[in-house]
Amino acid sequence: MNLQILTEFTINTISMGSLYALIALGLVFVFGICQLVNFAYGEFFAVSAYTLYFLGTFTSLPWFMVFLLGIFAGVAIAFLCEVVAFRPFRDRSMDALLVTSFAVSVIAQRVYQLSISPRPKAVPIPDFMNRTVTIFGIGTPLRNPLIIATTAVLLIALTLLMKKTTLGIAMRGASENFTTARLMGVPANLVILAAFIISGLLAGVVAIFLSARTGSVEPMAGAGPLLIGFIAVVIGGMHSLPGSVVGGFVYAGISNVLSLTLPTTMLSFRDAIMFAIVIAFLVIKPEGMIRGNYHEERVG
Amino acid sequence: MVVNTTHDTIKTDPILNVQSIDVAYGSVRVLHEVSLQVFAGELVSICGINGAGKSTTLKTIAGVLKPQSGQIVFRGQDITGKNAEKTHRLGIALVPEGREIFPSLTVAENLRIGAFGRYDAKRYAQDLEDIFELFPILKERYNQAGGLLSGGEQQMLAIARALVSRPDLLMMDEPSLGLAPAMVDLIFELIETLKNRGITILLVEQNAERALKIADRAYLLSTGYIKFAGRPEDMSETIDITSVYLGDGEGGF
Repeated sequence: MNLQILTEFTINTISMGSLYALIALGLVFVFGICQLVNFAYGEFFAVSAYTLYFLGTFTSLPWFMVFLLGIFAGVAIAFLCEVVAFRPFRDRSMDALLVTSFAVSVIAQRVYQLSISPRPKAVPIPDFMNRTVTIFGIGTPLRNPLIIATTAVLLIALTLLMKKTTLGIAMRGASENFTTARLMGVPANLVILAAFIISGLLAGVVAIFLSARTGSVEPMAGAGPLLIGFIAVVIGGMHSLPGSVVGGFVYAGISNVLSLTLPTTMLSFRDAIMFAIVIAFLVIKPEGMIRGNYHEERVG
Repeated sequence: MVVNTTHDTIKTDPILNVQSIDVAYGSVRVLHEVSLQVFAGELVSICGINGAGKSTTLKTIAGVLKPQSGQIVFRGQDITGKNAEKTHRLGIALVPEGREIFPSLTVAENLRIGAFGRYDAKRYAQDLEDIFELFPILKERYNQAGGLLSGGEQQMLAIARALVSRPDLLMMDEPSLGLAPAMVDLIFELIETLKNRGITILLVEQNAERALKIADRAYLLSTGYIKFAGRPEDMSETIDITSVYLGDGEGGF
């Protein structure tokens, strides 16, 4: 393998891995706190991406305002989901929440279909995102170094939040033992809402970069990132925030290695091979690469 | 602090008044019209075998479980059905059975969560100093993960985590369970120290002998019914504790 291919592979893997890490992180934040596998997570991306489409197409707002409002839309939909859809059912069973998350997702997809369009819509993205820059002699779109930098900033900020602030410490405590955290006066609504808001924020950021890559949004736009999130989380570990980040990078790495090494005739089997790896993880190492400090909560 | 120790001589209102609560897990009722009182400064023990409903009683008072009927009044306020966050804010701290410390959080972070509902920036540093005076080991282990502590140290952390909120009522669920004998001695000494400092304590213990020795008053729970309420020495006299604990299922009656 020559140096150029290696450099290109590295840049692609790190930028793709950054994106996947953010996606997985948003899923695990909510799962960690309330053990909910949030199937509505994909809609946080879709709503963000549709917001980018609307503001970019029908207003003349500067790009950074469009981006900020797009991220805000992700946060807002996550907030709404928690308060309107999940909170009323939280006292019920886990199954009720799971079904609710499916319902939210299906309803949202129908809403885009009926009120916007069942067909893809072009998302206007400022040109600079896709301008080619040269890094270590390799040409790559600017969005790649941008997502790497953005991810680094977000990971540092989230680490500080979780380690240094009272809210973060309470969230970590609640994710280890929710009942005990409540016994110390940690409000369930507060930590869960915080987890959803972070989840929506990450989805909003990811939506910008995904839209820049695909250039469009359609009603099923959330399904892709949702699946990516699940795979990354299975690989990295469902019970650990660092695990989900590692899972995102490993997933991107495996996926890129497959793209690079598979013969052209086999390339269409890439996803199948990826799923086989996921199944292998579930069989051999179901807790993922990083175990975390999770233990089943006793009932009674 | 002068505290009346027997039920019939009490003139003040109890700090905690549990009146005839029924609690069920699904369709299985585990508490039947349980009533108990705790007065300020008292150490009250609830004894009974495994499954008698001791932990359930504490969890219901703390708001983890909701009673189906009955009333719980704390410092004159009806707290029946209030959730754990609210009861903590009102001054009830529970040291849960099995310690339940946050394993990946440091001792410092465990304590910080312990104070969450009643945090006061101005006095937190002083509260920590008081805690370290009682538990010097926690100062040594301050930046270690809770999960790396020994069983006894974890129990101290669990108690410290409750104390740091300056509770008006400290409830302890089996604090000596699963500890080495020397550590059990230490924990009971500690409970006496806390009592002598005027902290109001409701203690659940399987180790009835030790619990009764330090208690001002005691209750005996058996299969969800209060079978005895009164002075610990009377309880030892009127009830064959051994038979309760070795379990003919009838609470020794």
